[in-house]
Parts: sequence; structure tokens; C-alpha cells
Amino acid sequence: MLAAIGVDSVDDLFGQVPKPLRLGKPLALPEGKGEAEVFERLSALAARNADAEEQVCFLGAGMYDHYVPAIVDAITQRSEFLTPYTPYQPEISQGGLQVMFEFQTAMSELTGLPISNAGLYEGPSSIASAGYLAMAATKRSQFVVSRGLHPHSRETLETYAVGYGAEVIEVGLKDGATDAEALAAAVDGETAAVFLQSPNFLGAIERVEALGTAAKEHGALLVVACDPMTLGVLKPPGEQGADIALGEGQPLGNRLDFGGPSFGFFCATQEQIRRMPGRIAGETDDADGRRGFVLALQTREQHIRREKATHNICTAQALNALAAMVHLAWLGREGYLELGELLVRRTAYARERLAEVRGVELLHDAPVAREFAVKLEAPVDKVLEFCAKEGFAAGYALARDYPEFENGLLVAITERRTKAEIDRLAELLGDAVFHAGATGYAPLADAEQAR
Amino acid sequence: MNDPRNGETPMQRERAQTIYEKSKTGRRAATLPAAEVPERPLEELIPAELLRAEPPRLPEVAEPEIVRHYNRLSRRNFDLDTGFYPLGSCTMKHNPRLNERVAALPGHARLHPAQDPRRAQGALELMWLLQESLSEICGLPHVSLQPSAGSHGELAGLLLTRAFHADRGEERTKVLAPDTSHGTNPASVTMAGYEVVKVATNERGGVEMDDLRAKISEDPDQVACLMLTNPNTLGLFDENIAEIAALIHEAGGTLYYDGANLNAVMGHSRPGDMGFDIVHVNLHKSFSQPHGGGGPGAGPIAVSERIEPFLPRPQVVRRESDNGDGPVFDLDLDRPKSIGRLRGFQGNFGVFVRSYAYILSLGADGLAEASETAVLNANYLKARLAEGRAGERLPIAFNRHCMHEFVLSGKPMKKELGLATLDLAKRLLDYGFHPPTVYFPLLVEEALMIEPTETETKESLDAFAEAIEQILTEAEEDPEIAKSAPYTTPVRRLDEVKATRRPVVRQPLG
Repeated sequence: MLAAIGVDSVDDLFGQVPKPLRLGKPLALPEGKGEAEVFERLSALAARNADAEEQVCFLGAGMYDHYVPAIVDAITQRSEFLTPYTPYQPEISQGGLQVMFEFQTAMSELTGLPISNAGLYEGPSSIASAGYLAMAATKRSQFVVSRGLHPHSRETLETYAVGYGAEVIEVGLKDGATDAEALAAAVDGETAAVFLQSPNFLGAIERVEALGTAAKEHGALLVVACDPMTLGVLKPPGEQGADIALGEGQPLGNRLDFGGPSFGFFCATQEQIRRMPGRIAGETDDADGRRGFVLALQTREQHIRREKATHNICTAQALNALAAMVHLAWLGREGYLELGELLVRRTAYARERLAEVRGVELLHDAPVAREFAVKLEAPVDKVLEFCAKEGFAAGYALARDYPEFENGLLVAITERRTKAEIDRLAELLGDAVFHAGATGYAPLADAEQAR
Repeated sequence: MNDPRNGETPMQRERAQTIYEKSKTGRRAATLPAAEVPERPLEELIPAELLRAEPPRLPEVAEPEIVRHYNRLSRRNFDLDTGFYPLGSCTMKHNPRLNERVAALPGHARLHPAQDPRRAQGALELMWLLQESLSEICGLPHVSLQPSAGSHGELAGLLLTRAFHADRGEERTKVLAPDTSHGTNPASVTMAGYEVVKVATNERGGVEMDDLRAKISEDPDQVACLMLTNPNTLGLFDENIAEIAALIHEAGGTLYYDGANLNAVMGHSRPGDMGFDIVHVNLHKSFSQPHGGGGPGAGPIAVSERIEPFLPRPQVVRRESDNGDGPVFDLDLDRPKSIGRLRGFQGNFGVFVRSYAYILSLGADGLAEASETAVLNANYLKARLAEGRAGERLPIAFNRHCMHEFVLSGKPMKKELGLATLDLAKRLLDYGFHPPTVYFPLLVEEALMIEPTETETKESLDAFAEAIEQILTEAEEDPEIAKSAPYTTPVRRLDEVKATRRPVVRQPLG
């Protein structure tokens, strides 16, 4: 090969790198290892994590321990889906492009909006992408954001807003849901978009339609983040006036993976089709009139439009969107509805069960679907530690993101959380609050009496 | 090859049908757990006006048909495990299957992202080790793993630049980028609220220094950053990089390294040593994360000391424990100067597992050897394509040794044979190859950008060169064959204009 090139050594090829810039020594990294050794090393690291097989997982806060059916793994691990690049050559990418088209159809059905893209990175950055779209659509630069939005979404929006030059105004919560009066007062002719999340971070189902009227009156876009596992039972954003519906896609077919990779979904009204971020597959014909699929509307994208693109995204989350599509096909129309109902009923049971526990009360009474918030009469960290020692990840401590909810706990339900586990959680929380209180952290005189 | 214009292939006869068109009322795959709790009407639990009237029209299909449907679809994809994929700037190297196995371990795959850091020590240690490894490879002291892909890393880098300047009481408006840059660069610049200033390319394929000086001196106080890929998208290492860095730093700007082409220099030359302040690394390129048909990837950033205070939060940190039990890993949220979050939770952890497994497997020597072989393969293929008809019809755009990729121009082919680069690309499909990146970079007419990677054998490089030779030979006799190619793919050339003029982006459901 060197002879064909006409050099004596590979080193000669690196001659274009100026000498002072050559490393000239090995990287300070360990020597390479064989496959078995690497497997053992990674297994040892994995063993030091308390995963959802080791602990009963009531953690949610945007990502949920759903059962991922075996066919999702079987299909996503097929090398024909696992190893191609983005489908720039449609004639040899019909499989991936058709999956995108099917996925777009499914997300459009779920959200009740006509246009879906083929996916973005994940939930919170999709919120920031909606902000960018809203600025382009309205030529305005103010966002009104409910405090019920996932804290990561609010922070990500703030991060991006500094770049593209928008102002973020936050509206507080009242009884667990967005304060309607405060929202109406915050929206005006400068507002580019109103951002809601339903169910919101505290699990409360928002009255999106009513809240959205302020946006409609002032010509702002209504952006609604939603949980794709609840849309079988909850009225979809598209039927409640949303211009954009988006969210974290992980509950559909994607494992927890300590937070990623998952995908973000992004749906909108017809009006926004040419402002959409990300890839969109479209149907067309081949030279002989056969049905086929291509990347549509590429003139929005960075590889064509460069600085005038509607977004900078290139590599996104195609394989994760495939996982979602296979999961949705596996559930099917009936199964998807049943799963939604199951979540609502088990969540209602868990919420009532926990509310009966001494030292635990509901943080709000708003209707919920799959997650709810309680208030503990003991330091939440101590309670969580107590439960962890009993093999339970009891939930998400709210105070980190909501200092106003000291000792608040967010509890998530999936179809994997059985009645027995819910009952055990209730017992454990009772015990934990009692013990944490008894060590002097909370006034729990009557709890002791009850014992 | 015989005349390909005869008849339909079996796969072409099998017309595309979506999963919705296979749906039959009442069919299903899933059996869900019993409720176990009282099955109360939903209206008792949630006000009726918040409930959905009609469930979404998802397909109704049994499991065997779902499996068959997606398996059939998979056969309508070309993939890296099936054949040569010399897509320039995309680094389509082999994806070791070990990485899939370790990523799927329950301790990784079923770890909740909000798990107490004390009970996710293995995951945090892995992230810290990957940070350390990338820091060493890039020659920069600090790493954030948070960005989800290259373009996300670019946006992060520009937001870091903005924060860095703001901290010094400055506000700058312009970001310089060569005319050969990836499309994501200018798109990220706009998204980060800056204006793009294009810098010309010189006759050796590097940054045109006079133009760079001129663009800086127009208004040095406004220069926020220069974004550069090195080696650039022509596959050429910019020999003037030290001087470029000095000019930008003198003007007070930051120097950003688009790491899409890092596969050329691992263990040989480091962006930090070249003077770059911020680097993004595409784990789905150089570090073997499978591309998944368009993701997932990850785009960690490595930065210099002066940029570190502004890194996104949380950062994975290592602390010595108080009781001498060895190091403890944690998520540091207390970063007052941080630009904030770029996304939820900690980043694409599953990708980190795969890339860390890759780095462990190759080690210091292996990474350096990977880059050597990538450069050797590219130069060999370049030499092969300088012979015969390819050498005449598809000359190299900049004739010098390349790094990991090179760019040919189809201009003579188009002029002499009437064959556009697109036609050649489509005919390559019939020969069982994925075509190179086409029509990029923009400054090369009828460009073909070829990156073979280190995981290809000499035999596959030879076979590719021979296919190009055959296509050119065939075109001398009958250019119409390539102009109507491909013939053997599941569908033939597709009408992309129609899909944009009258977009149909979902299945209509009755």
C-alpha cells in the first residue's frame, strides 16, 4: 500500500502535521485490552449501580421504568437498523425512512397534531427548539413558562435563550397546577410562546385549553410538553389548542440508561411545517412510480441552508424513535389505551394508599395520571435513605428544584410497579417518617403515639 | 454487468406497505398485567373534559407480523455491517458488538438517571474515566459529556464563548468559519445568536491567511470565535494552525475545534496543543457508537482552563472521601458561572458506555494505530483512484497527501461524459457500495468526499476503486445507464422535489 502511495512509511503521511504539534509520545492511557477483560471491567462498574432490578423503582421525574418488550431489542439490534448513517441515499435507506414515516404518523396520532418530525435529542432540548421556532414564527422574543415545566426543561430553555436572545418569564403554581391568573397577566403582545407541561412536573394534569386562551388572544404559540404514555387516556394537546406538542420519548420503548440516549418528539400544526426542526420523512414515488420515502423539506436543514437553517441538528435519535415505534406497534391501539388506564388506576390507588399513611400527605389535590407528589413530615433525605436500605427507590425529592416544597416527594408509577410493591412502599414510608422523626428531625409526637 | 434495465427485482415487486396498512381491528401483541387495583371508571379519577374521546389510531397487529414487518423493512436498508460505507466526514468504522453487550447490562440499562449518586458510583466513575480519556486525547484539561451530538457540542461551545466574553464584560457578534465548514457550524452560529463570517480557502486547501487577517482586522473586537475542523473537510491538515490560533487569540476570540475529523489524529496530534480552546468529539464517529440510521450519538466537549468555569452543569467530579475509603464520584450542580443545562439529566450515558469500552479495548497504542490505518487507507484509495479513468475524470481537488479522507471533483466527468456526481453515486448503489458524501464541501465542483476508515481491508478498497473504474468505462459506452441508476435497489431514483413541494409526512388513517 505504501508503494502505491509512493511513500516509505505511514509517518511520511503525517508530515503535513507541523513537528511541534505532533504528540511524539504515546497517549497517557492504559494499554488496550482483550474483549473478555473489557467485559469484566465494565461489568464491575455496572455492578456498583443500584439499578431498577436491584431496587424497586418509584423514581420518575421525566424517565420511567417501563417494561421494554423483547421485540424492541430484537429489532433495534438488527445491524440494518443499528449501523447505517442518516438516510442521505434514500434508494438504499427505505427501511429507516419508512420507520420515520410510521413514527411520525404515530406521534401525530398521539398528540393530535398533523405534523411530526422524526425526533430530536430528548425532552428538555426539544423545549428549547420550540422556543427557537416560536421566535421565527412570531418575530417576538419573550417566553412565558409555567413553573410546572420540568426543571431541566426550564433550565435548558434559559441556557438556549441567552444565545438566541429571548427572555424567559416564569409563572408560578397554585394548588399544584399553573396559576391561571398569573399566566394571563404575564402574556401580552410581546409573548412569542406560552410553555405548559401536562401532566406537569408535580404530576398534575393541567387545564391546557383554558390556560392557552391567553396565548391565543395575544397571537403567541402554545407549546405543550406531554408524557407520551398518558395520551391514550388524556385529551391530546392538539385538541386543546396547542400549536406545538413535544416531550421526552423515553417511556416509549427506551430503557432508562441513566438518562440517555432517548429521543424527543416534536409535533406541530400544518402552519409550522417549514419551520420544523430536525429530519422529516415524506412519501414520494420512484422513477417507475413505486411508492417510496425520502427526507422531505431538506431545505430547512443545516446541510442545505447552513446559517439560514431552522435548526442546527444533524445526528439525532433515529434508533430510539424506532424503539418507540416498535413498542407502540406491540401495544397496539387497545394495548396503548389499556396501559394508560392501568397507570391512572394504579396511580390513583397508590396516591390514596400513601395519603392514608401517618406523616404523609398529598402535596396537591389536582387530578393526576401516572405520578403524584406528597409531603413528608420528616426530612425527605432521611426517608429516602431508610427506603433505599430496604431496597426501594421511593421517589424523587422535590426540594432540589422546588425549595418551596421542602420534604416533598414525587412518586411515579409504571405497569411494573405491582400492588404489593405499592403497599410495601406505603408501609416503608410510614416507618421511615416515624424513624426519621423519632431522631428529632420532625415534630411527630402522635406518630410515636400511634405506634 | 449485463444491461441492468431489465425487469423488476423481487424486492422491487414487493411494494411498500406501512404497519398501519397491515392493521386489522382486534389484533394485538401485548398482554398487560392485570390492574390488581379497583377498576374504577376513569371519569371518577380525572374530570371528563380532560379525557380523550377516541384513542389514537395505532396499528393493530400481532407479534409475528410486527417482527416480519420490521425485518422486511430492515432488508430495505443498506448498512455498515453489509458493505463498504465511505461516507466522508462521517467515520463509518466498525461498531464492535461487545459495546452493545456492556451497554445492555442492567446496571447500565436500567439505572434511573435520578438515582442517588451514592448508588450510581459505577456510572459516575465510568463517566469520569471517559472524561479523563477524552481530555488526554484532546490535550485539554476539562470535559463535559453533556452535549447529545456534534451540533449540540457546537452550540455548547458558542454559548461557552458568549459566557467567557460576558464574564470579561465583552459582547462580541461575529464567528468566523471557513467556506469548507460543515453545515452545522453556520447553523449553530445563528442559533447561538452570532453572525457568520466566511473565510476563504487557499490553493493548498487550508485557511487563506490574508483573508483571515482581513476578516479579523475589519473589527477585531467583534470576533468571538473561529470554528475550524482540522484536518478540514478536504482531509487536509492546516499547516498554519499555530499562526491561526495566535491571530484569533490576539483578537480576543476563542478557537473552536469541530471534532468530526478527530479520527485522523488520535494519539498523533491534539487539538489542545494546536491552540484550540473548545473541542467537540463525536462519539458516534471516532469512538464507534453505531450511527443507528441517524442517531443516537453524543458530542462531549473538551475545554481549556479559561473556559472551564462556564461548562454546563452538572459536571461529574471525583473527590477523595473523608474516611479514606477511596474516591467518591458526584454530580456537581454548584457551578455559579455555568451556562446551565443543555438537556435533561447527564447526557447520553448508553453512548458513553460504548465509547469507553472502545477506548479500553484499543488503549493508547490502538487509538494511534487506528488513526494511522485510517490515514493509510485514505491515501491508498486516493492513489488507486488517481490511476486509470478515475484519475482522468475524477481528479483530486487538492493534490497532496491527505489525512483520513479526500475530495475528488466530478467536473471533468460531467463535462466529458455528461455524468453528474449524483449519477455516479447512484450507480455505485448497483455495485453494492454506499456512495461517498456528495456535493460537499461546496467549494469543490461536483465533489465526492471519501473516507474509508481504518476498519476496511485493502481488498474492499481495491473493489471500490474497481467499481468506479467500471462505471466510468460503462459510461464511455453508454452514459444513459448511470444517469438512470440505480436499478437493483428496493426502489429506484426517488422524486425528492415532490416530497418537498407537496409534503406527505404521515399516513392518512380512515
